[in-house]
Amino acid sequence: MAATQEEILEGLAEIVNEIAGIPTEDVEREKSFTDDLDVDSLSMVEVVVAAEERFDVKIPDDDVKNLKTVGDAVDYILKHQG
Amino acid sequence: MPSKIEPGKGSAYPRILGVGGYRPTRVVPNEEILKHIDSSDEWIRSRSGIATRHWAGPEETVAQMSLEAAGKAVASAGIAPEQIGAVVISTVSHFKQTPSIATEIAHRLGAGKAAAFDISAACAGFVYGLTIAKGLVVDGSADHVLVIGVERLSDLTDVTDRSTAFLFGDGAGAVVVGPSDVPAMGPSVWGSEGDKADVITQTVPWDGFRVGAVAELPLGEDGELKFPAIRQEGQTVFRWAVFEMAKVAAQALEAAGISPGDLDVFIPHQANMRIIDSMVKTLKLPEHVTVARDVETTGNTSAASIPLAMERLLATGQAKSGDTALVIGFGAGLVYAATVVTLP
Repeated sequence: MAATQEEILEGLAEIVNEIAGIPTEDVEREKSFTDDLDVDSLSMVEVVVAAEERFDVKIPDDDVKNLKTVGDAVDYILKHQG
Repeated sequence: MPSKIEPGKGSAYPRILGVGGYRPTRVVPNEEILKHIDSSDEWIRSRSGIATRHWAGPEETVAQMSLEAAGKAVASAGIAPEQIGAVVISTVSHFKQTPSIATEIAHRLGAGKAAAFDISAACAGFVYGLTIAKGLVVDGSADHVLVIGVERLSDLTDVTDRSTAFLFGDGAGAVVVGPSDVPAMGPSVWGSEGDKADVITQTVPWDGFRVGAVAELPLGEDGELKFPAIRQEGQTVFRWAVFEMAKVAAQALEAAGISPGDLDVFIPHQANMRIIDSMVKTLKLPEHVTVARDVETTGNTSAASIPLAMERLLATGQAKSGDTALVIGFGAGLVYAATVVTLP
């Protein structure tokens, strides 16, 4: 069953917490991965791979650079999940 | 009836008998790299884990560094140079294409008329060479094979490119592979992914410097011809290196019949500390496994990185002779190779 927007946000928060050590409650839609959440370009790859596994979605490298905010990632996953 | 051909009488069990390394005398700290790029020591360390690297001086040629490392490897193996039956050198930074650098090294080292040739497999080159050496010893085509990984990547570094200027280093690492009484090298898990050829590449081919060969000659801001450099797509390389190479590493363990719990040492190609840390996490290696982190003070030395790291782990007592080590090389091609070995 496809995940809802809330479930995706919650899952991403857990992933970002695991990889960058950011408290889950700080992972909000409008937050920028690099500027607000201390997720640099390499950590972003780890976040993306973890999200791919969790939400059964493929996020090619070319699309990763468009995911600036948590909301961008939530919307992308919502649209592309299997 | 075809004539009967005698098969070779090699050793069933090849082994790394000795290892040696050479690091150029000049140590280049991040502060020096920062003269040419807008970055910071903190940024470089956080993205790569690299604090210093060695850059070769004019006397520290590819040949000279190779000889230094090879001499140590031969001494450490306890053999005489004339016992070497083949010399295999992996490098992407020896700028005279023919003859090979291997023939010069065989001659200058005193390896007589040993077979000698260069191979091109970038950062996987050392394990590719090891794989070839293993086959030669098993087959009996050579009793002892000298495998050298050597690079002067400072020559292929664009010091003004803020994403790669800090990555590369120079040096040479060598091993001697010879016969053993017990199994000491597992099968190699290796391959290539030519569909990703553009991910890590030399900016301009040598014949691109012929006038008219390409639409625009590679010119720097000063209008001078710009020497080729190595460029890479960092995120793509990171994803491939961490997640795809972890699978290859796991396959190499399985092929050798070694469980992660049996492993003593992990020596991945020293590309970037973040790749190493993430690979260790993905592979779920047990705490007791010693992980090579030579990249911090050596940078990425491509084909030389694994034997250099191996030599340092043994020299500092972090690893010991007889330990079981997983080695994996991966890089431009893309190419990769992993195997399990007993440390010399």
